[in-house]
Amino acid sequence: MYEAKNTQPPAGSLIDTPPEIDISHRSRLHEQIIQGFLIFSGVLSIFVTFGIVLFLGREALLFFTDPQVSLLEFFTGTVWQPQIFRFGILPLLTSTVMTSLIAMCVAIPVGLCVAIYLSEYASPRIRGIIKPSLEILAGIPTVVLGFFALTFMTPLLRSILGNETVQIYNMFSAGVVMGILILPLISSMTEDALHAVPNSLREGAFGLGATKLEVSTQIVVPAAISGIAAAIILGISRAIGEAMIVAIAAGAGPNFTFNPLEAAETMTGHIVRISGGDISYDSLDYNSLFAIALVLFLFTFLLNVISQRIIRRYREVYE
Amino acid sequence: MTNSPSNPRNFSSPNDDDLTRKDSLFKDNLAQRHRRGIVWKVIFQISTVIGIIALSTLLIKILNDTMGYAAIEYKKDPSTISSSGLPLDEMTCSELRVILAENVTKNRLRTIEREKPMVERSQSECLDLVISEVAEPTVKKTWPLFASLFNYEEIQSIAAEEYPGGDLIFKVWLSRAFILSPQSDDPLKAGIRTAILGSIYIIIIVIIFAFPIGVAAAVYLEEYASQSRINQIIQTNINNLAGVPSIIYGMLGLALFVRYLEPLTSGAIFGSADPTTANGRTILSAGLTLALLILPVVIINGQESIRAVPNSLRQASYGMGATKWQTVWSHVLPNALPGILTGTILAVSRAFGETAPLVVVGAATFITFDPEGIFSKFTSVPIQIYQWTARPQDAFRNIAAAAIIVLLVLLLLLNAAAVFLRNRYSRRW
Repeated sequence: MYEAKNTQPPAGSLIDTPPEIDISHRSRLHEQIIQGFLIFSGVLSIFVTFGIVLFLGREALLFFTDPQVSLLEFFTGTVWQPQIFRFGILPLLTSTVMTSLIAMCVAIPVGLCVAIYLSEYASPRIRGIIKPSLEILAGIPTVVLGFFALTFMTPLLRSILGNETVQIYNMFSAGVVMGILILPLISSMTEDALHAVPNSLREGAFGLGATKLEVSTQIVVPAAISGIAAAIILGISRAIGEAMIVAIAAGAGPNFTFNPLEAAETMTGHIVRISGGDISYDSLDYNSLFAIALVLFLFTFLLNVISQRIIRRYREVYE
Repeated sequence: MTNSPSNPRNFSSPNDDDLTRKDSLFKDNLAQRHRRGIVWKVIFQISTVIGIIALSTLLIKILNDTMGYAAIEYKKDPSTISSSGLPLDEMTCSELRVILAENVTKNRLRTIEREKPMVERSQSECLDLVISEVAEPTVKKTWPLFASLFNYEEIQSIAAEEYPGGDLIFKVWLSRAFILSPQSDDPLKAGIRTAILGSIYIIIIVIIFAFPIGVAAAVYLEEYASQSRINQIIQTNINNLAGVPSIIYGMLGLALFVRYLEPLTSGAIFGSADPTTANGRTILSAGLTLALLILPVVIINGQESIRAVPNSLRQASYGMGATKWQTVWSHVLPNALPGILTGTILAVSRAFGETAPLVVVGAATFITFDPEGIFSKFTSVPIQIYQWTARPQDAFRNIAAAAIIVLLVLLLLLNAAAVFLRNRYSRRW
């Protein structure tokens, strides 16, 4: 009763009631169109993922359903020779693993040491010089690094070990240069993780009499281990997917070998070489590239997902 | 004085020996710990230096290859070309023109005239023309810069021994002519103009597509999206896409743009199909593929910049009665723009250096003409570097190094622009 009375304008008031404006229901057409575009852009990324899976999957399916291809041979065969219809992915896979392994052997220790040095030891001035230089290294196109591997690393290796033992194209120099490529990635991600560890932890350890090394390796690194693990996994994924260095320096032609000084083509290198030549669409050769790409995609996708999981799940959150 | 108070150990405890042992153990251990600390510090420093050495070795190696001595053999000895016995470099242009007309076919002469009329050419231009057209030099062997500077006698003797009829000249591979000439099969004439133009065309397409869509997606995710499941999926998906190898995008581009959307990307539905193209392997396809490649990076960078805009700005705008879009357009975006632009430029510079996806999408192996539009065949600077590196001859390594310098300078310019934007316009809240 009371409220109702109050909302009534007093009788004989000179003030007219203002016209009712219902803001919430006023439709603004152009804003809706804009919002539609924004949503479309956001959802587009999902379509890209679907597109990758769909197109890779479709062509790969054509490949696997071909009577000349058996799924078992694809995953266990040690010969990849499309000319005689032998499609065993193992030679491509082993050389991918070999080059990535060599790359990680270079990138992980050096990358971790660089990160610890920059985060725990270096003065701000030195950090200010070294960090941008490493970023430059990270920004160098991979084709340039491929050129470097072929024209510098391989001759260097051959002059040390002899021309007979080291082939002109070999997995070792490609792997080492790939390590140089991944080094900045690992060091900068690790450094970020180390940097996020609060100073109170370091001060506590120093207060107990720990040396700088002990603080770094026994307090700070374990506290940042999730970030470091994520960086390493991301580095592996990058190494597996890297194409130009191996295409230029690791050799042309699949080769089932575990000798890093021999030439052997990786999955990415094979895709680059075959698609760079004259290839006819819908041939078995063409479809086989998509099968390789699908394997590559699944590998790297899995690694990326794991890396993100680690970051999210095991991250230590400090106040 | 035997029980001196200056030695507190004597008073402290009955089993004196044990304590001394512990103490000395502790002291030994301390020294060891400090030693270990120093050793590892040196190891950390060396690792860092290794990174820097790798970078400088790379740059020095490439610079080393961009100039140096080259042994050249001629099909026809330049000293025997002139019939009058006068050395070529003392002749006037008109005399050289006569020699040229005597030695090359009519067709070739017409092509040369069309490039630039003979009458307008200077003496040195005429001389170069006669040398390259009549004497037809080929590079036999090249030496890098350092060897050329410090081992000249040795190089001279090798050249004299192996290529007796040839010349030894100091060749600067990275020259104005190299940047301005089109591609060629002859490393002495080859240039990178077509590739630079191709790269620029591709990058323009990339920016046109990736920038608006990337910024829109970032705005959507930061300003509009609720914390619903679908938006979380989008976010995770974008993070995953950022880690997909570039060659996979190349495969997507090949299947989607080159083959599935061929009528669109070859320009056939616009009726402007370039007969030389005849399929979807065009600049448009390459640009779209690279746009997809950098899209996640643009989105993630955009999100970070938008997130950095303080909420008080938005609230003030809403308080004045602005709608959501008005707030975003007039307040959030202008303040986030420097960050967004910086991130986009860095992403674009990544696209600029990408090679593998373009090889897969189908970069042309050999084109000597400039791209005419987005439906032309394409090549790009990294593609050229790849193709020249893959050739066995020495001279191609040198022009690959020269092309690398061009590429790195272009990338440096892009990055400098990004740094400039960041420093000039960035604000701290």
